[in-house]
Amino acid sequence: MGSPVIVLSGLHKTYHLGEVTVEALRNVSLSIDRGEFIAVMGASGSGKSTLMNILGCLDRPTSGTYRLDGEDVGSLGRDALAAIRRRKIGFVFQGFNLLSRMTALENVELPMIYEDVASGVRMERAREALRSVGLLDREHHLPSQMSGGQQQRVAIARAVVNAPSLLLADEPTGNLDSATSGDIMGIFRELSDVRGITLVLVTHEPDLARYANRMVRFRDGRIISDEPVNKA
Amino acid sequence: MNIYSAAKVSYRSLRANKLRSALTMLGMIIGVAAVIAMVAIGSGANERIASQIASIGSNLILVLPGSTTSGGLRSGFGGTHTLTMADARAIGKELPAVRYAAPSNRSGSPVVYGNQNWSTIIQGLTPDYFEIREWGVSGGRIFTSAEVEAASKVAVLGQTVAYNLFGDENPIGKYVRIKRVPFTVIGLLERKGQSIQGQDQDDTVAVPITTAQRKLFGSSHIGTVGVVLVQAVDGDSVKEAERQVNELLRQRHRIGPGDQPDFSVRNLSEMLAVAEESTRIMSLLLGAIASVSLLVGGIGIMNIMLVSVTERTREIGIRMAVGARERDILLQFLIEALVLSVTGGAVGILLGVAGSSLISRFAGWSTLISPGAVLVAFVFSAAVGVFFGFYPARKASRLDPIEALRYE
Repeated sequence: MGSPVIVLSGLHKTYHLGEVTVEALRNVSLSIDRGEFIAVMGASGSGKSTLMNILGCLDRPTSGTYRLDGEDVGSLGRDALAAIRRRKIGFVFQGFNLLSRMTALENVELPMIYEDVASGVRMERAREALRSVGLLDREHHLPSQMSGGQQQRVAIARAVVNAPSLLLADEPTGNLDSATSGDIMGIFRELSDVRGITLVLVTHEPDLARYANRMVRFRDGRIISDEPVNKA
Repeated sequence: MNIYSAAKVSYRSLRANKLRSALTMLGMIIGVAAVIAMVAIGSGANERIASQIASIGSNLILVLPGSTTSGGLRSGFGGTHTLTMADARAIGKELPAVRYAAPSNRSGSPVVYGNQNWSTIIQGLTPDYFEIREWGVSGGRIFTSAEVEAASKVAVLGQTVAYNLFGDENPIGKYVRIKRVPFTVIGLLERKGQSIQGQDQDDTVAVPITTAQRKLFGSSHIGTVGVVLVQAVDGDSVKEAERQVNELLRQRHRIGPGDQPDFSVRNLSEMLAVAEESTRIMSLLLGAIASVSLLVGGIGIMNIMLVSVTERTREIGIRMAVGARERDILLQFLIEALVLSVTGGAVGILLGVAGSSLISRFAGWSTLISPGAVLVAFVFSAAVGVFFGFYPARKASRLDPIEALRYE
């Protein structure tokens, strides 16, 4: 605790869509400590997705610096970014994004395949991750044989199996009913409390934002508020 | 990601689209099978020609009596008797580039043994003839120079004649009659098979040329020969021997420069070399045409891989998000293309080998499958996979992960 996992300073991101120039992020500075659970809110087009892409090392800022675990990752090449994603970042998407032809277990093993983890160790760790989300009995099921909530739990297991420094969740409950959403948020809460994983959650539902410790609001590519969440 | 994991992933995705994978492979299968079969037919033809050349003997020149003009009527080659035994002897003895000169006469006649008879070709020969043709006996012996000198009434039978007159009986030591002249059978020739023209070379009886001239072929033949078969000392001196023979015969027949010679010299080896060359070109052409289908198969692979990359854009995005490097994605798709082409190639080889043996069985063409051709076909199909798989694989590996994740 205490040392910041993420330090963003003076971050800009500009897109050129034909003749039009879109400033998706304007001078964003943000520091996130280890173990924090942050909710990022904002209307669509406010820049929160762009922020997620940059935090997730899928995209690079136009200017400004991004330090992850003290390393400046804003200027790394594609393969180096892939290595960062593999070792330090876990993604949970709104659409689950599991590989449909692979079983739950194989989906969870995927990040370790690219890390060249030996297959015995790989399977052991994948089982452990599935157990932590309560799906060990579904390890040989295909995504199509599981409910949305179960699929998202597999996705969470995949995201945490490499013990990432940062877990990014982009509208993770957008496709789920409210009861299941509660379950999923419970898992996130537990990951934060028990395992101390740093979590950034993008949502536009204030109800869900309340599971977080801190809330950052975006509008027009800028941070307009950054405050602790009131635990009512 | 290691090769094994990549291969597993590729195999699984190919299995998920069984029909599509099978059809794509079919392109390779047909291409490789066609190459194997065509090359087998080509090499078979080559082999056949080569063995026929070997059966005739090497470095050969044929000297034929030439055309003469008498009373405005020109007789064709071989139609007159301008070549003599003395000519043949001179060619054999005086020319440094010549190893053997074997004069011969031939004529058709029935051969009689007991109550059996068989019409065949009677050849008047010298022992040198058998040296040139590398034709030995399977029983008994060839007649000697002394027997030629003495015009002995001895005969050596070809296998076909022996079978038709004697059946399973041993002919050696028996008497046969040719034009009522009794001959002692002293030898049985080895089986020689068909000539290039398709004649049965074993359907013949060989007797000393002198005997043939005096006892069988009539008075007009005495001292003249039908054909002189000349063998040069080695492959390089065939041309020189041809020139020397020409020069010597012009001299002996007193033919001035510019005059039409009354003999003709044919370089048999050269004719055969031309035949060999043309079959070689034919097999090359066949192979080239078949290679086109291999190319088409490769394009089929590229086509399907491009479709596959587009269809699986989201999968690529997911893999990139969890940390796949460019080369991991490249490897995955490259191996997929390689599995398609190499599996297709292997099946194509089996099919090509089976096809060639069917062709030789039912069409009667000789085919020859060389391990080299099989290896080349296999390596080539792998190369096709890499070549045509590379562009789609690279396209996949260069995708922007954000775009790829958002695809659909």
